Amino acid sequence: MNRLEFLASAGAAALTPDVTLPMENGVRPIAAFPQKRPLIVLSPRPPQLETPFDVFDGDALTPNDAFFVRWHLAAIPQSVDAASHRIAVTGAVERPLSLSLDDLAKMPTAEVVAINQCSGNSRGFFAPRVPGGQWANGAMGNARWTGVRLRDVLDRAGLKASAKQVQFNGLEKPVLAVTPAFKKSLDVDVARGDDVIVAYLMNGRPLPLLNGYPVRLVVPGWYATYWVKMLSGITVLDRDDDNFWMKTAYRIPATPNASVEPGATGFATVPIGKMNVRSFATNVADGASLAAGTIALRGIAFDGGSGIARVEFSTDAQATWHEAALEPEMGKYGFRRWNARWDAKPGTYAIAVRATANDGSVQSNASIWNPGGYMRNTIETYKVTVA
Amino acid sequence: MISRSIAYLALAGAVFAGAVAAAPPPKAAVTISLPGDAGFAFKPGSGVEGAQRYCLTCHSSAYVSTQPPLTKTQWTAEVTKMRKAYGAAIPDDAASAIVDYLTATYGKS
Repeated sequence: MNRLEFLASAGAAALTPDVTLPMENGVRPIAAFPQKRPLIVLSPRPPQLETPFDVFDGDALTPNDAFFVRWHLAAIPQSVDAASHRIAVTGAVERPLSLSLDDLAKMPTAEVVAINQCSGNSRGFFAPRVPGGQWANGAMGNARWTGVRLRDVLDRAGLKASAKQVQFNGLEKPVLAVTPAFKKSLDVDVARGDDVIVAYLMNGRPLPLLNGYPVRLVVPGWYATYWVKMLSGITVLDRDDDNFWMKTAYRIPATPNASVEPGATGFATVPIGKMNVRSFATNVADGASLAAGTIALRGIAFDGGSGIARVEFSTDAQATWHEAALEPEMGKYGFRRWNARWDAKPGTYAIAVRATANDGSVQSNASIWNPGGYMRNTIETYKVTVA
Repeated sequence: MISRSIAYLALAGAVFAGAVAAAPPPKAAVTISLPGDAGFAFKPGSGVEGAQRYCLTCHSSAYVSTQPPLTKTQWTAEVTKMRKAYGAAIPDDAASAIVDYLTATYGKS
């Protein structure tokens, strides 16, 4: 069987012409994986698929079939039966549970619009570059998640007084038995937050299998590493989780802005947590040519859950800033769309976008650097030519 | 089946008045077929057999080919991470050959 036949039989479209992301070694194929439109393929196995950035110029809710995909371990179930799926709730609880989706259906429904962003989104723009998944800016998406509150699940099991963290695992398995299984943990007070939910719907539809069908954890404001897919286990711990994915991986420097000097070693680290503030223009690309006159600029902004206070744009290399108009927010955890008008005369310009969050944090030109390539949120700039 | 769902939704609505109206959880068995590594392969070069034998056990060649050019020190750290953290059973001599292949093929000095 040749490659095209295999791809067709596998339900994936043939590879279409490559895209070149604006980074050294940025050529990527585009392919449609099951239940997905053509996306940028960072890796086929385990699947890591990036959302083309023009998708973010559309609806503030990212379509399910365009939503980015990132798995850690290659032994992913390719067949999942929602009817027989169970979530085991064990550990430091009074009543261990085995919950079906029917059990979840009998509990109060909770819903939240929230951004799911990879810790390493934009890693490919680190300077100097760091090893790891070389994403551009499309390892993120915003969806309306529906399910039940994790707190309600935990209360049903009854946390023992010794409960300290809650650990989550899914059906994703390593190829080698010796490879650490993918498990992530949250402190009990975070896990019991109002907006942390066990979600079985994404934008009102079942999740695509590659986004965690039939149920995944949703931790609004926190990086996607905690949003465990195909959630099958909730283990209440009476200590801090010391498994590889908490103790060694996904650690950031315990410094302001999670940043250190390139090449630094020996600094203290903590598990990555909430997202920092970011903003993007979605209708201008770096290097674009625009027609002189009134130009509509628009884009998105978000942070780790305090909400967006202000988005400003500059067209003169950040000499002056102008306030953009914000569209109504869909809760504090979703993309906040912004709009602006710019009366542009012929010339070359560096457009910049800067967001300020309600907690007072603001984007800057200082580039975060850490060896993991996490949490980039530098002010985005777009060089354009107006003619 | 349909009548049962309606009865069930009515019950849920009665018990949890004020809860967000939403579709019920899915019940279907979903099967997909992933394409494997179709279209992806390590570049030819001295030592490529070791990369094919050991690296491809757990991930596609894209994990390597999409990296920025890395130094021998960086590739050594990556191979060491695969052995020590992820448990790849790569013998010492094979690991050394893989580092040389990666540095020559996907590296920089």
